Amino acid sequence: MSRRLLIAACALIYFFLMLPLLVVFPISLSSAPYMQFPPPGFSWQWYERYLDDPQWIDATWRSLYIGSGTAVLALALGVPLAFALVRGKFFGRTILDRVALAPIIVPHIIFAVAVYGLFAKLKLIGTWYGLVIGHTVLALPFVVLVIAAGLRDFDRSLEQAAEGLGASRWQTLAKVTLPLLRPSLVSAGLLAFISSFDEVVVALFLAGANMTLPKKMFDNIMMEIDPTIAAVSVMQILLVSVVLVLIGRFGRGLKDSAR
Amino acid sequence: MSESKGSAELLIEGVGKRFGDVVALDRVSLRVAKGELLTILGPSGSGKTTLLKVVAGFETPDGGSVKVGGAEITSLPPAKRDIGMVFQNYALFPHLTVKANVAFPLEMRNVGRAEIEKRVSEALAMVELAGYEARLPRQLSGGQQQRVALARAIVFNPRLLLLDEPFGALDRKLRETMQLEVRRLQRRLGLTTIFITHDQEEALVLSDRIAVMNKGAIQQVATTTEIYEHPANDFVADFVGESNIFHGTVSAPGTVALDGGGSVKVTSDKPVGTKVGVLMRPERFGATGANLFAGEVIESVYLGTSFKLRLALEGSRELLVRQPARGTLPAAGSRATVGIEPDAIHVF
Ligand SMILES: Nc1ncnc2c1ncn2[C@@H]1O[C@H](COP(=O)(O)OP(=O)(O)OP(=O)(O)O)[C@@H](O)[C@H]1O
Ligand SMILES: [Mg+2]
Repeated sequence: MSRRLLIAACALIYFFLMLPLLVVFPISLSSAPYMQFPPPGFSWQWYERYLDDPQWIDATWRSLYIGSGTAVLALALGVPLAFALVRGKFFGRTILDRVALAPIIVPHIIFAVAVYGLFAKLKLIGTWYGLVIGHTVLALPFVVLVIAAGLRDFDRSLEQAAEGLGASRWQTLAKVTLPLLRPSLVSAGLLAFISSFDEVVVALFLAGANMTLPKKMFDNIMMEIDPTIAAVSVMQILLVSVVLVLIGRFGRGLKDSAR
Repeated sequence: MSESKGSAELLIEGVGKRFGDVVALDRVSLRVAKGELLTILGPSGSGKTTLLKVVAGFETPDGGSVKVGGAEITSLPPAKRDIGMVFQNYALFPHLTVKANVAFPLEMRNVGRAEIEKRVSEALAMVELAGYEARLPRQLSGGQQQRVALARAIVFNPRLLLLDEPFGALDRKLRETMQLEVRRLQRRLGLTTIFITHDQEEALVLSDRIAVMNKGAIQQVATTTEIYEHPANDFVADFVGESNIFHGTVSAPGTVALDGGGSVKVTSDKPVGTKVGVLMRPERFGATGANLFAGEVIESVYLGTSFKLRLALEGSRELLVRQPARGTLPAAGSRATVGIEPDAIHVF
């Protein structure tokens, strides 16, 4: 009985989560030139408009490489940080442990305003790498959480075995530790990518004339409202879904990272 | 097979190790001859693993030295020691195939491709796992994983082989097979080997000599028969095999007056007045003998080939006796008399 109730509750929640998609997807295929639900007829025109508009395509590419850059930089910083937090024995380790998660707690808008002031001085506003740096700060906690969880569960006797068999520290890292940590690395990298790809607040402040996809979507809504935005949303949702499927397939779920 | 100098003697001198208040190793000294298999036998927490880790280089001792083949290795990192170790949980690399696992130590030593191929197949053949090269560890049974770990530990001709309770997780039958296999391999390769176990039967089956450890200290190092017949102290006598241990004082040449009253005739030449322990193994009792013990049977068990009796003697002492299963099993509550000859009693 309670099992049925549970299934019903889950179905309801799932439906609620999918509802936007259920509206957005039909609208993106609408023949009407304005947002109307249900759509009066079928057409590909909004997808064509998206694909034919260099501004949209530019914004998409920019978001893709800023997301990739964020993933790379967040991994490069987050992996050593996670190692230090889990394995290091130094003064202030627990404090650093908390500070590393601060970007999750601080509202994005506060962070964005603060970084804007700093980046304006450093002439980083409107550069793609400025945005990569900003997004990396936001992505870092996810990377640290996921990698630290992987490291806490790591069977260190495997590293001892490798050293006993003649491997140096670096060989052990390259041949044993990192390969075994790969699912965590994949999850962390893809999560960092998504967090940047979807991010709008910091992008609004830092991107300047360089549109990222979310920023372009935001501007688009402010200016003119036509179903192109629905088509873009569907593309974006599809891409993020693909990334999430990749995490599920090759990565280590966030569910494992609970301490 | 050029990079390793092959099997060597191990010399441990005065090695100590503390973890906070816990004395894990209390100035341990031990010598394992080249080609010898020595088991370290001791209860949980007696410091066996710690000693092995000091030898392998995973723990730094607080003092003392470890020498292999005469050369001091106490401060050498594990990677430079050329010691093969089999961990209690196997520690196979889960992301590598059987072949890659066994090839690992050779790759770390920059051995050539062709040579690696040859030696990996030799090692796998030795542990009877030819044909399993492409499997991953999780696709193997516990015993097979154990054998891969063994192949990986010997493939690079280590100077020593260290095994930390390698068969703890295996069932009895498989454990016996593996014991024989390790013994055969170890003899064939002439490998100096330390084998840790807390299973005394395993120690008796496997070793040339046994080192009995307790509370971080080595209690006795001797051949298996020595350990069993002539234990050095109460702990060893009690830990290895079934035993009856009494304490007393030598009252006259060849006689020990027991602390709870009564006396036994022994063949010891300890001087009169010495405080001694007296060990009588249950299976050394017969129907008669120079020393007779009478008492009430408080427990009697039929064990197929033998009877196991527990007698209550006067002075609230108990005696454990094993006798060949002949005739009828003495019933609990009946009285029985058993005897033992002086030369079957060990005095320490
Ligand atoms: N890293 C450590 N930190 C603190 N104490 C330790 C550590 N390693 C071992 N000890 C302690 O040292 C003592 C000896 O431990 P060790 O692991 O050598 O025992 P053991 O004989 O191998 O036992 P077992 O048969 O249970 O494996 C124990 O009291 C243990 O709690
Ligand atoms: Mg142990």
